[in-house]
Amino acid sequence: MKILVTVKQVAAVDDDFEIRTDGRDVDPDFLIHDLNEWDNFSLEEAMKIKEAAGGEVEVVVVSVGPESVDEELRKCLAKGADRAIRVWDDSVEGSDPIAIARIIAAVAKNEAPDMLFAGVQASDHSYAATGIATASFLGWPHAAVVSLLNYTPGSKMATLQRELEGGTYAEVELECPAVLTIQLGINVPRYASLRGIKQAAAKPIDVLTPSALGLAATDVGEAGSLSRVRRMYVPAKGQAELIEGTPAEQVARLVKIIQEFKGV
Amino acid sequence: MSGILVIAEHRMDELRPVSLELIAVAVGVKAQASGPVTVAIIANDPQKYAQALSVQGVDEVICVKSAVVEFDPDAYEATVAALIAAKNPSLVLLPHSVNSLAYAPALAAKTGLGLATDAFKVEFDAGALVATRGGYGQKLNVEVDFPGKSTVVVTFRANVCKPIDAAGSPTVTQMDAPATPARGQHKKYIEAAGGGDVDIPGSEFILSIGRGVGEEDNVEQFRELAQTVGAELGCSRPIADAGWLPKSRQVGQSGKTAANCKLYIAMGISGSVQHMAGMKHVENIVAVNTDPKASIFHIARYGIVGDIFEIGEELRNQFPA
Ligand SMILES: Cc1cc2nc3c(=O)[nH]c(=O)nc-3n(C[C@H](O)[C@H](O)[C@H](O)COP(=O)(O)OP(=O)(O)OC[C@H]3O[C@@H](n4cnc5c(N)ncnc54)[C@H](O)[C@@H]3O)c2cc1C
Ligand SMILES: Nc1ncnc2c1ncn2[C@@H]1O[C@H](COP(=O)(O)O)[C@@H](O)[C@H]1O
Repeated sequence: MKILVTVKQVAAVDDDFEIRTDGRDVDPDFLIHDLNEWDNFSLEEAMKIKEAAGGEVEVVVVSVGPESVDEELRKCLAKGADRAIRVWDDSVEGSDPIAIARIIAAVAKNEAPDMLFAGVQASDHSYAATGIATASFLGWPHAAVVSLLNYTPGSKMATLQRELEGGTYAEVELECPAVLTIQLGINVPRYASLRGIKQAAAKPIDVLTPSALGLAATDVGEAGSLSRVRRMYVPAKGQAELIEGTPAEQVARLVKIIQEFKGV
Repeated sequence: MSGILVIAEHRMDELRPVSLELIAVAVGVKAQASGPVTVAIIANDPQKYAQALSVQGVDEVICVKSAVVEFDPDAYEATVAALIAAKNPSLVLLPHSVNSLAYAPALAAKTGLGLATDAFKVEFDAGALVATRGGYGQKLNVEVDFPGKSTVVVTFRANVCKPIDAAGSPTVTQMDAPATPARGQHKKYIEAAGGGDVDIPGSEFILSIGRGVGEEDNVEQFRELAQTVGAELGCSRPIADAGWLPKSRQVGQSGKTAANCKLYIAMGISGSVQHMAGMKHVENIVAVNTDPKASIFHIARYGIVGDIFEIGEELRNQFPA
């Protein structure tokens, strides 16, 4: 039994950042990296299934990205994932979520897991596309925004809840293997233990290239993508009137705003 | 390839308002798309939505009869693919909703169409579609184009465009959805449990806290602060997910809408699209955040760049008893 969990290293911009000279992205020197928040929840969901099954489930994390991504993979290994796979070479540069999904699907074909979990979306660009596109390349059933899961490893059916808008949920039965995109709050992710962190150092991270997975140059990068970034820019300042001054002065104004609302 | 295809959305026998917003988006770029605006509704009883969708600027409403009663991603993917094959649109507009997320990327991946998700603007530049979306936690705007793609699927954000009120007189046609083998089965809808004495939708004054509170022990001082100033205490999702406050206090797309709110103080909330879905309409928003670039400042009326603990303490001290 095996569960594949896809994880992404996300990027946030530093306080004062600069746009790259070609205008199509932020200068990488100004990016701060972390593991995507959603992926903590999907890894935890896989770990819960593994523990409930008495350990007969292998949890494999996979990420598409350069060497710096190993840092996030180690975090996942420290939380209990059994091994990690990272796919990269320069041809992957410029990939949109669909090209990334094609690579993940190629990994999944090799690994033949019983389930594949992705996050609903990544906090950097909020595509919310990679997981479901992966399902398409695999030809697997899929469900998006899963907030509750009932699944026994090896079972041909899973019961789950999808979180819809406005506090409504849909209960769905789905054939497995399937791709699920996992939503925040489905569980309470664990922290890595000191022992886990030590053990992680000894666990393997396999590094693969797209061509080793049987993908052609046109399957990845811009050629394998359905969209291309043309320009990035800082949006014009919003309407907010900034209340300046010391905290005491700022709050004096805030008190006025509250009292105006109350008609005092 | 020309024209625009809009896929309307419904749930529990009701048309979702975002459908009419998308029609407005489509009508807005109709001239540039040099073709008709076609609106499709996929349902077991699609006719009942036809009139509501017949607004000014729409050329055709297609009532697609589907054997599948509730949303199913495979059925929607196959049906929208059939609609695209029939209409050859240059732009396919879907709401950026939880249901669209479940099939739009699969549709685009399978048929090799252009794809942009969560766009808040579309335009044609010299005949080629350009979509604008957010990047790096909505701190930047990102323009994407679709080289070599004659049909592009765009999932478009809700609450961006005003719906068109004026009625139109499109032709209403019918189509049968292609049959798809079922791999999933909708069982039932479940409504979140009620919130007891918490009334976010009814409150006129809400003070909401976000991840900026840092830890659970810090929540209490903001509960007291809300009481001091006479506001209902609300929160962003991470606070509810962590169990620090009940879900009934969560404002946003998957929580409550601050429907009657006139003053909303957001403390330590970054301003994600999903949080703003529940409060960005409020006339008076005051945002307190240490990050001057937080996107909440784009929709707030007043901004305080500062620490919520410091501002909170000042407010407690200064607020007249
Ligand atoms: C399908 C879906 C539905 C969702 N539904 C909702 C929803 O209904 N409601 C919701 O809120 N979210 C929802 N989310 C989650 C959403 O995407 C964000 O993750 C969430 O809104 C972030 O909450 P936040 O602003 O509190 O946290 P963060 O984004 O982490 O922001 C915290 C902010 O606090 C500031 N800060 C930190 N310390 C301080 C300090 N001491 N003083 C002042 N400022 C400080 C930081 O600068 C930062 O801007 C949903 C997501 C998805 C995918
Ligand atoms: N480069 C990547 N490598 C591995 N998984 C990814 C990658 N990009 C996205 N994902 C997965 O897809 C989810 C949604 O990301 P996105 O589609 O970018 O919003 C993430 O939570 C990950 O699980």
